[in-house]
Amino acid sequence: MPTKLHPALIGFTVIVFFFLVGPLVIVVGSALSDTTYLTFPPQGLSLRWFQNIFEIDAFRRTILTSLQVAVISTFVALIIGIPASYAMSRYRIQLPGWLSTLFVLPVLVPELVLGFSLLKNLAFQFNAPIYLSLIIGHTILILPYVIRVISASLASFDFSIEEAAISLGSPPLKTFFTVLLPNVRSGVIAAFILAFITSINDVSISIFLTGPGISTLPIQLLAHMEQFFDPTVASVSVMLMVLTVAVMATVERTLGLTFLAK
Amino acid sequence: MTKPLSIRNITAHYGQTKVLEDLSLDIGEGELVSLLGASGCGKTTTLRLVAGFLQPTSGTITLGGKDLTRLPAHQRDIGLVFQNYALFPHLSVADNVGFGLKQRGVSGEAKTKRVSAMLERVGLAHLADRLPGALSGGQKQRVALARALVIEPPLLMFDEPLSNLDAKLRVDMRVEIRQLQRANGTTSVYVTHDQEEAFSISDRVAIMHAGKIMQLDTPENLYQRPANAFVARFVGFENLIPMKVVGRDGAQITAEAAGGVKLTLGLEHFGAIPDNFVLACRADGLAVTDNMAVEGIPTTLGLRTYLGRAYQYQSETAAGTLVANGPLSRPLEPGSLAKLVPVPDQCTILSVE
Repeated sequence: MPTKLHPALIGFTVIVFFFLVGPLVIVVGSALSDTTYLTFPPQGLSLRWFQNIFEIDAFRRTILTSLQVAVISTFVALIIGIPASYAMSRYRIQLPGWLSTLFVLPVLVPELVLGFSLLKNLAFQFNAPIYLSLIIGHTILILPYVIRVISASLASFDFSIEEAAISLGSPPLKTFFTVLLPNVRSGVIAAFILAFITSINDVSISIFLTGPGISTLPIQLLAHMEQFFDPTVASVSVMLMVLTVAVMATVERTLGLTFLAK
Repeated sequence: MTKPLSIRNITAHYGQTKVLEDLSLDIGEGELVSLLGASGCGKTTTLRLVAGFLQPTSGTITLGGKDLTRLPAHQRDIGLVFQNYALFPHLSVADNVGFGLKQRGVSGEAKTKRVSAMLERVGLAHLADRLPGALSGGQKQRVALARALVIEPPLLMFDEPLSNLDAKLRVDMRVEIRQLQRANGTTSVYVTHDQEEAFSISDRVAIMHAGKIMQLDTPENLYQRPANAFVARFVGFENLIPMKVVGRDGAQITAEAAGGVKLTLGLEHFGAIPDNFVLACRADGLAVTDNMAVEGIPTTLGLRTYLGRAYQYQSETAAGTLVANGPLSRPLEPGSLAKLVPVPDQCTILSVE
């Protein structure tokens, strides 16, 4: 027998769902419009605004830059974040309490302030190349997420498992890769997705760090909007959405989304 | 394969706190010694020092003559069984058991053979392909046991292995552990806070307190002849009565307790009795009687509780409150006068430290 739901609960659920999905419907609708301006509901159906993305050289270049920056900074953040989370979980008692707070601090600083300070220091002080600045900036931006997610999955890890492996003759470093990592795989994957998506969608930091010749997709999108108010904006947004969904779906197909619940 | 373990003058600290003080312990080849004590007594610290997860401040640990003190944990070749099983959640039962063999370069058929033989021995052959998550607590602990035994370690160590199991299973498993340990003849250290478990499974038991071994002896000796007041209380001598010999007469002595109570004790049971001593009696060792003519400790009975096999009384005496048992056939009322008669079999003599 199905459980009877309270009408108010159903109503509330519908409202939440509407607010969540509504904007997406409008964006997708606008992207499919045949008009030269943004409109909803779409007038006429066309894919030409999607085609338009790839016809504009700036979009082609920035898509590539965005993907490169997202992939590289995500990997860098994982390489820093996994050992850091491990150390903070493993030696929680010995380490001072403020250490874990330190690693999540970038989340508390307004991103615009972070972006500005990176611009001032990296670009002006050290004359760092734009590409490198972007990677450093994004790594700092996503590192707190990586650490948070991996720490959460390490919180349920029983470190006596590690000791069991060591007692059976597995050296500590090998144990880290063969025993610890496979058991926090779900956390690492979740961190990867979160970091990747955060990086690829970032505006507030990138806007300070992009410069002549090198830009990321969201920044290019803003620049484009200032000059043209055509549905390209919507089609790029849809593309970003599809990319995000594709990443999630790939993970779901290969590993199952149960990792998020784990 | 099995080797004797020798711990010599180990002192260990956690930060500034001293957790073990000048601890020495020798465990013979094939012997099972339990470290027994309340939490914080240093028993787990001792085990972790031997395993190599902690470093002592001073002292040495040798296994079969080989100095382990500064050897990294993964080179010590010790089989460990943990309280929470510590199975690898991502590996099947067979791979869990085979983990140690893999580290030792045993692979292919040789590995498969040894793993299945080991699983057979712990009665889990039919579960070889399961993941640990799908096992019951008892099964998990059997896998952990198999995993530690299959590498044929010269030393096995158990860290409260049965604490997470229910009472019935605990008894079955400890018999099983003992049988496997006996059959392999592996030198073993067994950490537990459960007295019955320690006594039932061990060749010798070390009762620990505040980072020291209070007494190391066979379960029988600990239970019947504790060496000091701490161990006496620990093994259930609830009444400790300080006494002074006032007269010696051949095979008997007369001793006086606080309040001028005199008791006659036979040397044939207690052996030599020093001039100042403590008479330690279990509750069963002080028989309650309302026959005021016999020699005993005069008392006013207090709270009476029903134990099933006897009545227990909180008894006020000149030597303080004592706990004594009286027969079911003659329940005595709280407040009534009675005498407590020491039962030699359930009492022992402690020398005054």
